[in-house]
Amino acid sequence: MSDLEQFRAETRAWLEANCPEEMRQPLKSQADHCWGGRKWQFQSQAQKVWMERMADKGWTAPQWPTEYGGGGLSPEQAEVLAEEMKRLNARTPVSNFGFWMLGPALLKFGSEELKRQHLPPICRGEIRWCQGYSEPNAGSDLASLQTRAEDKGDHFMVNGQKIWTSYADKADWIFCLVRTDANATKHNGISFALFDMESEGVSTRPIELISGESPFCETFFDDVKVDKNQIVGELNRGWDVAKYLLTHERNNIGGEPPGFLKGRALGPLAAEHVGTEHGKLADSALRADIARLEIDQMAFQALVGKIREEAEAGQGVGAQSAVLKYYGTELNKRRYEVMMDALGAEGLEWESERTMGGLYAREWLRSKGNSIEGGTSEVMLGIVSKRLLGLPDA
Amino acid sequence: MKLNDEQQMLQDSVARLMADKGPVSHLRELRDRNDEKGYDEPLWHAMVEAGLTGILVPEEHGGIGFGLVGAGLVAREIGRNLSVTPFLSTAVLGATALAAGGSAEQQQKWLPSIAEGSVITALAVDDGAKHRPEAIKTEAKAAGDGVTLNGGKLLVLDAHVADLLLVAARQGDDTALFLVDPKAQGVTIERTRLVDDRNAARVTLDNVAAEPMADGAAALAAALRAGRAVLAAELSGLAREAFERTLEYLKERKQFGRLIGTFQALQHRAALLMGEVSMSDALAMQALDACDRNADDADVQVLAAKAKAARVALLAGQEAVQMHGGIGMTDEFDIGFFLKRARAGGETLGDANYCADRFAVLRDY
Repeated sequence: MSDLEQFRAETRAWLEANCPEEMRQPLKSQADHCWGGRKWQFQSQAQKVWMERMADKGWTAPQWPTEYGGGGLSPEQAEVLAEEMKRLNARTPVSNFGFWMLGPALLKFGSEELKRQHLPPICRGEIRWCQGYSEPNAGSDLASLQTRAEDKGDHFMVNGQKIWTSYADKADWIFCLVRTDANATKHNGISFALFDMESEGVSTRPIELISGESPFCETFFDDVKVDKNQIVGELNRGWDVAKYLLTHERNNIGGEPPGFLKGRALGPLAAEHVGTEHGKLADSALRADIARLEIDQMAFQALVGKIREEAEAGQGVGAQSAVLKYYGTELNKRRYEVMMDALGAEGLEWESERTMGGLYAREWLRSKGNSIEGGTSEVMLGIVSKRLLGLPDA
Repeated sequence: MKLNDEQQMLQDSVARLMADKGPVSHLRELRDRNDEKGYDEPLWHAMVEAGLTGILVPEEHGGIGFGLVGAGLVAREIGRNLSVTPFLSTAVLGATALAAGGSAEQQQKWLPSIAEGSVITALAVDDGAKHRPEAIKTEAKAAGDGVTLNGGKLLVLDAHVADLLLVAARQGDDTALFLVDPKAQGVTIERTRLVDDRNAARVTLDNVAAEPMADGAAALAAALRAGRAVLAAELSGLAREAFERTLEYLKERKQFGRLIGTFQALQHRAALLMGEVSMSDALAMQALDACDRNADDADVQVLAAKAKAARVALLAGQEAVQMHGGIGMTDEFDIGFFLKRARAGGETLGDANYCADRFAVLRDY
């Protein structure tokens, strides 16, 4: 038996023995997701046990080094673990911005001290992170951000406002872009700072979206003290970290987005609502829309596979991530449009129990943000035309 | 899917061969002199030399049995250069049909000749303006040992230079391919030059004696699948070339005192086109690979690939003409050839709407 097969056998046995039955069902909605953190209320004993057992194995962050609380797995082993978890329908034990964003940034740019301080609590699900990037006047033009951090000798004093901070009201710590040199050019005076959301002077206000939900906040900093050792990478070089993370974030797109439509085929869903004639959907225009969408999705997945293979062969993903971000999000929006066409009046219900509290309409509306957050579609096309196509600046 | 070393070598050598021996200028020359055979003979001979005519012919019949990914790599370069050859009609459709459904004797007779480039075959399927192989009207009636065919076919590629016709006909409830000698009594072949200046013909069959295949239904299904997959690759190559030529033009052409490639309206259109071209190509190669692996969803993938490639090639052709502006409308400039071929290649063996409909049927909606 090869090492990898051995690993698979052991992993399978361990998961069978340790994954609670209740954690072997797909999420019913985003609300079932375990985010972790100091304020987290476990929805069940099973959720708690599952997170703790996985954290003990280091498998909440399978590929991070073991000395920081990760699993130390190779990419192949991590793939096996993911496959075996999928086989059981095992839920992700815990996940938040600490895993997706801060961890990769610390592993690449962080000092040994910062890695040891922050990575283990992320792995154990003890600290939930949020991201402080956008500001009211720094959206697509992120580098024009104005939140400033003044050097006060033994600490920085942070003042300013962030917006679109995901779950800022529920997070424990924030990684935040702040201006540490007001005289430097736009991209040069920015630093990547970490601080506790319970620090004095931090306040948050949830923003209600068109979906009626509030996954984002406005976050205000009023004379917030930040330790000087809490800067990731070099002082004034925070833009490098931010750019790396944005690319990293876009790379994660390509998998099937979470939500009601995950793993669900539109054809049968439409058949339930519009009926069939001679074995085909009764609405032939809708049928054509679904087929065209599914074909485009298949083509997108083929491209994702190809780009990933090239990345593994060492050519890196680089600006291709903008292609993935653009099409991944635009396709997801189309999926929700077609879903709403298929559901008809039922999709419009905003509160009813049969629609799980208006889940369809709310997810449809929420999907509109996909092509805005993390870099708008238009910004992506700009990156593609300049960096991949070599088209000149005006 | 990733190319193996052999496939990578094939791709590199075919790219050189097609660019050297089968460039777009040859298409123009053939058209301008209204060439009698209507294909690039020196190129075809070079392809025979390189073994490409036998790319889908099994080794025991003198081919190299390289598989559909290999054929797709050839087709992609044909698309890029708009090379004019009977590759699709003979090396793909003829070879696949005979290998899948020919009797031992039929295979013996035809496959080695296809591999050595001494015969051209033509597949006759459509008997209406649209591709509907599920509703073939041409009739096959039993007559002695063989059958007699009656009907009319169009969009029969390379028929006027063919040594063998493979004709789809309905016998009772079954539809199958039958072998017909183009010189047989009752066969009329009217060459119909198409918008893309490729060889096609209308074929009329009036009580024509035909030879059944060992499994003519399997032969038809295999040929259609292989043909669509290979066409998807050709159309993807064509789209890629039209896109790249257009991109170059955006970096050369000046208006309002600046390169037109600095205009955001054009930058975004170019970026979108690149994405579409890349997806079309990735899906085509994945579908070809699915066929070679005999994957369960190979049919679904091929239909998706052909539908996608047909749309993207047409988009690329249209965008190319538009972004070239007035010069794109002139016959003197080559870019229009890509648009023309996109239209004809997209229609061949089922357009995007047909493929999407069958795709939906296979996915039960």
